[in-house]
Amino acid sequence: MITPKLILLVTALLPLFGAIVAGLFGKRVGRAGAHTVTIAGVLGSFLLSCYALYQLATGGWGVFNENLYTWFEVGNLSAHVGFLVDRLTAVMMVVVTSVSLLVHVYTIGYMRDDPGYQRFFSYISLFTFSMLMLVMSNNFMQLFFGWEAVGLVSYLLIGFWFKRPSAIFANMKAFLVNRVGDFGFLLGIAAVLFWFGSLDYATVFRSADATLAGKTLEIFAGHPWQAATVIGVLLFIGAMGKSAQVPLHVWLPDSMEGPTPISALIHAATMVTAGIFMVARMSPLYELSETALSFVMIIGATTALFTGLIGIVQNDIKRVVAYSTLSQLGYMTVALGVSAYSAAIFHLMTHAFFKALLFLGAGSVIIAMHHEQDMRHMGGLKKYMPITFITGWIGTLALTGFPGFSGFFSKDAIIEAVHESHRFGSGYAYFCVLTGVFVTALYSFRLIYLTYHGKERFVVEHAPQAHAAHHDAHADKHGHDDHAYAGHGKNEHAHDDHGHHAPGHLEHAPHESPWVVTLPLILLAIPSVIIGWLTIGPMLFGDFFAGAIVVKEGGPLAELAHHWHGPWAMLLHGLMAPPFWLALAGFAVATYVYMFNQSIADRAAKMFAPLYRLLQNKYGIDDLYFAVFARGGLKLGRGLWRGGDVAVIDDGLVNGSAALVGRIAASVRRVQSGFLYHYAFAMILGLIVLLGGLWMAAR
Amino acid sequence: MISLTDILTLLPESFLTVAICALLLLDLFLKPGQRSITHYLAIAVLGVTGWLVLQHYGAPRAFGGMFVRDGIADVLKVFLLLTTALVFVYARPYLRDRGLFVGEYYILSLFAVLGMMLLVSAGSMVMIYLGLELLALSSYALVALNRDSPLSSEAAMKYFVLGALASGMLLYGMSMIYGATGTLDLDKIHAAAAATPQRGMLLFGVVFVVVGIAFKFGAAPFHMWLPDVYQGAPTAVTAFIGSAPKLAAFGMAYRMFESGLGSVGPYWQQMLAVLAVMSLAIGNIAAIMQSNLKRMLAYSTISHVGFLLLGLVNGQPAGYAAAMFYAISYALTAAAAFGMILLLSRAGFESEEIDDFKGLNQRAPWYAFLMALVMFSLAGVPPLFGFFGKLLVLKAAVDAGALWLAIVGAVFAIIGIYYYLRVVKVMYFDGADDASALPPVADAPVRTLISINALALLVLGLTWGPLYGWCARALGIAQ
Repeated sequence: MITPKLILLVTALLPLFGAIVAGLFGKRVGRAGAHTVTIAGVLGSFLLSCYALYQLATGGWGVFNENLYTWFEVGNLSAHVGFLVDRLTAVMMVVVTSVSLLVHVYTIGYMRDDPGYQRFFSYISLFTFSMLMLVMSNNFMQLFFGWEAVGLVSYLLIGFWFKRPSAIFANMKAFLVNRVGDFGFLLGIAAVLFWFGSLDYATVFRSADATLAGKTLEIFAGHPWQAATVIGVLLFIGAMGKSAQVPLHVWLPDSMEGPTPISALIHAATMVTAGIFMVARMSPLYELSETALSFVMIIGATTALFTGLIGIVQNDIKRVVAYSTLSQLGYMTVALGVSAYSAAIFHLMTHAFFKALLFLGAGSVIIAMHHEQDMRHMGGLKKYMPITFITGWIGTLALTGFPGFSGFFSKDAIIEAVHESHRFGSGYAYFCVLTGVFVTALYSFRLIYLTYHGKERFVVEHAPQAHAAHHDAHADKHGHDDHAYAGHGKNEHAHDDHGHHAPGHLEHAPHESPWVVTLPLILLAIPSVIIGWLTIGPMLFGDFFAGAIVVKEGGPLAELAHHWHGPWAMLLHGLMAPPFWLALAGFAVATYVYMFNQSIADRAAKMFAPLYRLLQNKYGIDDLYFAVFARGGLKLGRGLWRGGDVAVIDDGLVNGSAALVGRIAASVRRVQSGFLYHYAFAMILGLIVLLGGLWMAAR
Repeated sequence: MISLTDILTLLPESFLTVAICALLLLDLFLKPGQRSITHYLAIAVLGVTGWLVLQHYGAPRAFGGMFVRDGIADVLKVFLLLTTALVFVYARPYLRDRGLFVGEYYILSLFAVLGMMLLVSAGSMVMIYLGLELLALSSYALVALNRDSPLSSEAAMKYFVLGALASGMLLYGMSMIYGATGTLDLDKIHAAAAATPQRGMLLFGVVFVVVGIAFKFGAAPFHMWLPDVYQGAPTAVTAFIGSAPKLAAFGMAYRMFESGLGSVGPYWQQMLAVLAVMSLAIGNIAAIMQSNLKRMLAYSTISHVGFLLLGLVNGQPAGYAAAMFYAISYALTAAAAFGMILLLSRAGFESEEIDDFKGLNQRAPWYAFLMALVMFSLAGVPPLFGFFGKLLVLKAAVDAGALWLAIVGAVFAIIGIYYYLRVVKVMYFDGADDASALPPVADAPVRTLISINALALLVLGLTWGPLYGWCARALGIAQ
């Protein structure tokens, strides 16, 4: 009997099965076996997700909300594993599984020579499972488990090349920063449990209004906080960690130390959007607190603008995209903050496609450049790798919001929604998101020009004639063994074996990546172009998310819906709206500077040296954290170690008591003299002591 | 007037007595090469006796209340017999290698077992004294089994003199109690003690009885004989007197204190608390200094007695159940510990220094593993058998309102871990002086049984519920 329950269960468990096979039996199934089974699992999961979305969208299924397994019941508290699948969930499921599927395929090419091939596939399948459990959860407990599970896989993958110190550092940084967010998240869940006595979504949302009305909490004496505000802010602190919002954003750029496929999957398309999804899912709670939403909006706006600015001065191709991700996550958060949850989810979806496309494109470039990531050593790649080049342009146009591309619809909707909002701080947010459009265009096109256009800034060391022959040998080598990697487990060094050491020196000319890499690019480019056009109507202005997302009367999207006359009208309107012109200005500046007069960039850097340094240092936030928290933590730890551990515990308690024990033991040993009369004397003494004690007690 | 019921009630003991006499006679006619017959017959006798114990013939009391047969007696007897049988199997190669493979070992041990069985079933002070003397006299002779060894003779001498002193005190105490209550019957003492006009005399007697029983346990400060005897006696004998008699000592303490003196509980409980703390302190601390494994185990015994006393201090059925569980776990673990020493010793080599275990892991990894299990169980590391014994007695102490006692117990348990782990460290992390594989050790039955014994410590640790349930039922605690 094929029920929705069975279908959903299989959807979630297929990737887990793949992960187990590839992870535990990786040696036995081999490389091909590992990628076959994981891809098959994710493909099945993707198809079933699409089916579920189709059924939910056409009304074939109602909202699925069922507990599948009861973990424990203690008193009033019960913990379940259960699914809540409505259209919101289904959209997320499709986004997650589709991007995951393409990343799986892409990985075959990207990780071809890596010794940790099976491990990698196991991780990304495990991630897919965890992410599905997160979005499909019907209670806070499972949400938290999914939340931590995706985090875990994320740390595992950031540190995937665990012999590289920078990867370990990034890994630890991501872990530590997320601890801060997760602490808030856990407190938020605890607050929900405290006020509602239940962790079940449906129960909590149903009674949110009645339960939280008038409830306050005095965190600081004399300043009562609304319960809804406390819950909202605490949960959002969790989202700030996971979705990398200022000031907990510092881990995301460093997470680029991980292999590029996971940068696309986890650190762009899916995991980092878990926070956005969570807030959208909690919309019934957030709607109760203007304060919490203002907080969300201001944090989001700050992230959107200021992380984008850093992107302008980055030279590492992946880091530019990473800062762009931060900025776009900021846009989504702003949308949440103005109660335009649907717009946030809509942007989440379009962003997942075009950002995954940009990341995978960057990865393709990185392969071609033999793991050189510095854009200053690229340039002119368009003639070597046409598919990557074209899809890169598509992704960039989508990102910058070129009218008609998916990003245009989602980003414009957010900007318009912010414009309509009258919430505290919306003026600041509007300024940030508008300026952000210019910034986005600037760094995006800078990336395009530095990478694909202009002069080649790398040197091919071998003569073209020798190249062909060598290339074959080289390919052969890769095809038949991976000795170059075996001893290193680290990609750049592997290439060092082929003889190039200086940056920008390639052994042979770059060439287009294999089809397993370019196919996902093409498949991602298609939705990057059209998905916005197709879905904006129902998702934003229809009642597609009715029931899943709750917005109070008079939200900004409802306001916008009055002016909604279809995508064509929006397109025409967009051509006259400020975002378009700002994007165009960004494009023009980037074009002039990076195509025609590059010296301006250097002069500008000198002229605005303090500003440039500020951006280079990422506003000093990383340094601040490092100086205050990391070094402070170390100092505190050392202090406690020296003062507390060594002096008091080691020397005092442990060694001191050990010495004391030793002294006592020595004296006991002396008493055990071996002489019978000593022994008898001890017995008599004991008797006398007992008698004396009795006498004392009886007196 | 002896009735048939009386005989049936005493059937296991009667059988054992007859069997011992028969074995004694038979042994006279055996040539030295046929000693195995005595060995196997002795084990068979233990087995049959154990089977008879498990049969429910007879009445709960016999001979006018002199002899009591209840759940406690049955449980203790079963484990007495089991432990003794284990020791018999472990001891055989050791005795054979040293020319000590004589009938006396078995006869004396069996007489000691008989004494212990009477002891745990005692319903009268006379019975306690008789049982105790039967056990003690057999033990003195056993310690001196190796007559030519000055060390053994000295140990036996010390044991005998101090034992006599303790017996004298016990007897003196019993006479005081008799004087105060006018009866030797434990139940009647229980009734009379509460209301006796001679309270001073009674309590004076109680002190002496406590001393006598503490000596039998080896509780500090009446422990002095223990290290010397453990070290001086042949290991085969140490294995016997180090394991089964602890069960008997618990039985004796239960009969004397609970059945007899339960109505003046607070007095002896306070004394036992003091003895428990002293035993824990002296046992654990002195064990640290030892380089001889048998001597270390002797001090370890003293500390274990301290834990066992924690259960008795409680004075409630749950406390006695915990102490009984502890005694059983200790007896089985001690049998395995001495069994390991016996197993690794061979002609001309005693294997009783801790250094003899150096690098055992390289030489015989399986035995190193078994020994590690035994040491962990003695140390009370979860999930081994010893841990749950400690847990239960500490809980009993807490329930008795003696939190400070439980804390002292926990602290000394931690100190105790040190010297057990030292053995493990020596086995696993020190290089052997002689890295060659061990010469084939012992007989197949020994090797098999010691493996089962040591693994049982793990299994019983994982599933300790049924055994504890048995102890609890024996004490009438509804499960």
